[in-house]
Amino acid sequence: MNIKLNRLIKSRGFASISASLGAILIGLLFGYIILLISNPSEAGFGFMTILRGGFNQGVRGVGNGLYMSAPIILTGLSVGFAFKTGLFNIGASGQFILGAFAAIYVGVKWTFLPDGTVWIAALLAGAIAGALWAGIVGVLKAYRNVNEVITSIMLNYIGMYLVNYMVVQTVFNPTRNESITPSRAILPKLGLNQIFTNSSVNIGIILAIVFAIIIYIILEKTTFGFELKAVGYNRDASRYAGINEKRNIILSMMIAGALSGLGGGILYLSGAGKHIEIVDMLAPEGFNGIPVALLASSHPIGIIFSGLFIGHLNMGGFYMQRYDFVPEVIDIMIAIIIYFSAFALAFKAFLEKVSKKKGGKSA
Amino acid sequence: MSTFYFLVQQTMFYSIPLLIVALGGMFSERSGVVNIALEGIMIVGAFISLYFMRSMQGTISGQLLLVLSMLVAVGSGMLISLLHAYASINMKANQVISGTAVNLFAPAFAIFTARAFIGVQQVTFINQYRIAAVPGLSSIPVLGPLFFTNTYITTYIGFAILVISWFVLYKTRFGLRLRACGEHPQAADAAGINVYRMRYAGVLISGALAGLGGLVLTVPVTTAFDGQVAGYGFLALAVLIFGQWKPGRILFAAFFFGFMKTIAAAYTGIPWLLQLGIPGNFFKMTPFIMTIIVLTFTSKKSAAPKAAGEPYDPGKR
Repeated sequence: MNIKLNRLIKSRGFASISASLGAILIGLLFGYIILLISNPSEAGFGFMTILRGGFNQGVRGVGNGLYMSAPIILTGLSVGFAFKTGLFNIGASGQFILGAFAAIYVGVKWTFLPDGTVWIAALLAGAIAGALWAGIVGVLKAYRNVNEVITSIMLNYIGMYLVNYMVVQTVFNPTRNESITPSRAILPKLGLNQIFTNSSVNIGIILAIVFAIIIYIILEKTTFGFELKAVGYNRDASRYAGINEKRNIILSMMIAGALSGLGGGILYLSGAGKHIEIVDMLAPEGFNGIPVALLASSHPIGIIFSGLFIGHLNMGGFYMQRYDFVPEVIDIMIAIIIYFSAFALAFKAFLEKVSKKKGGKSA
Repeated sequence: MSTFYFLVQQTMFYSIPLLIVALGGMFSERSGVVNIALEGIMIVGAFISLYFMRSMQGTISGQLLLVLSMLVAVGSGMLISLLHAYASINMKANQVISGTAVNLFAPAFAIFTARAFIGVQQVTFINQYRIAAVPGLSSIPVLGPLFFTNTYITTYIGFAILVISWFVLYKTRFGLRLRACGEHPQAADAAGINVYRMRYAGVLISGALAGLGGLVLTVPVTTAFDGQVAGYGFLALAVLIFGQWKPGRILFAAFFFGFMKTIAAAYTGIPWLLQLGIPGNFFKMTPFIMTIIVLTFTSKKSAAPKAAGEPYDPGKR
């Protein structure tokens, strides 16, 4: 029993989970302090509202929390998958909004499709749009050595302006200055709305979990995934080992982009009053993917849980507004959590070093 | 001709902050720390200094207040950059992740603080700093209207920072040591240079200049700061790369992007551009598209500091 416990403590998974939990605790603590400073009398109450998240409103709130978590699990997978293959995909925001537009466009305009299949075509369109947008980054990285971080950031802004333009040209509701509802492409609810009554939950959360499992299998159980990771570790060595490293970089980015684009489709095909608004603001769901991935150390299964957690916090921020709190405190907390999870990587490397040394001695 | 003068004056407003922030980024990266946090530092610098300006504009007025606000921007930029420095130098954290954390923190902090203490998200202030004509110099033909009318002292400060940066980087012992830490920190350490201290210096200078850049960007173009600098920190990063980490080329790159940004912001005021009938969204995209195009043709031969982005590990010596 003791040996088992020892092995557990020394395992990589334990190190990353405990480091993430530590980062979360510090983030929550800072959040509480900020609330105390800004409004001492209501701070405890506000903080409990954040912790309760979706549970503030019973099953409805929980259902809505699941609905909000699905897209950020997918952008988290997008960022995490890219991380595992040695790329930093800070462009999830652009891929997400392009995917959202493509999904809405197909949902509204492809009237020739029979009922019940439109949403599938729309989600596919979203994934393809995201993949192509991220593919630009991959091609430039593979063939011209352009830093993927800079290209991704530029493409976030280009994507935002492009989508604003295309929405106005094609699927625009001028009275509300936003996209129109793709009423024939609303995602099926699969009876989830029976459990979580009156909430917006739909097949999206199930798709997000399924894709997390698929990404896990690709990365950990296939040769293809192994090659992608090998290129991430060392591009030159992979080429020497006969791996087509250019193709793999492009494919990595495209898969990451497809996940983000799918997330965009899932958020906007809910029929829950979510529309693309014509404002000069980058889609926050893309940036939320970064903490989701980092908290889980980019592990696909872990991303499901960290996505649910960040979604939960965001729901808490939503309910907190009712009591006159400023919801940005949630973003501050998330930023602090990421900051300390950056330390966590160092902490983990340190733990690994220590356990390796010990292991070496005993053997 | 007046359209031309107008364009040059506007270009100054957009180029000078890019120049200042990119030079800041240069100090950080040449010391070996990638600073993707420039955007966030700009926001914090602009927010705190404008909040200061707003609170003081009843008591102090004129250029003195602007200069004091600039000092506040420098100080707050340095303060927030300490977070990035600590994570990437002491904790050997991934520099892109720590920079991202600062970028996520900054707008949330600005909006939260503004809403909690002012009640609204925007920090409004009175712009009393425009210099209609510099006495004497503005009457020089051509150059007068180009550089000495409708201007701000920040423009001249920007050029001064350029000259000082060049001098510090290439003509001082400090500059040589800083560059050594970005190229080969182990060798620098072996030669008796404290790599950690030099890298702290690099990041702090970048924080000072990025904070200042946030203020310099905001003052001429708006009177209500909204917790964002519209991707300027990221553009400055692109300027830095396009400028190949060298002050002279950074000047050129900053004006190139500044001009693009000017066209995007001012095309409605230029009749022949408006008549082209290109949608506004495409003008807004142009600086970002040009960045990608330029990087596509310049990234193959990159002059990036060799050790930028790598935590210093004395064990590798």
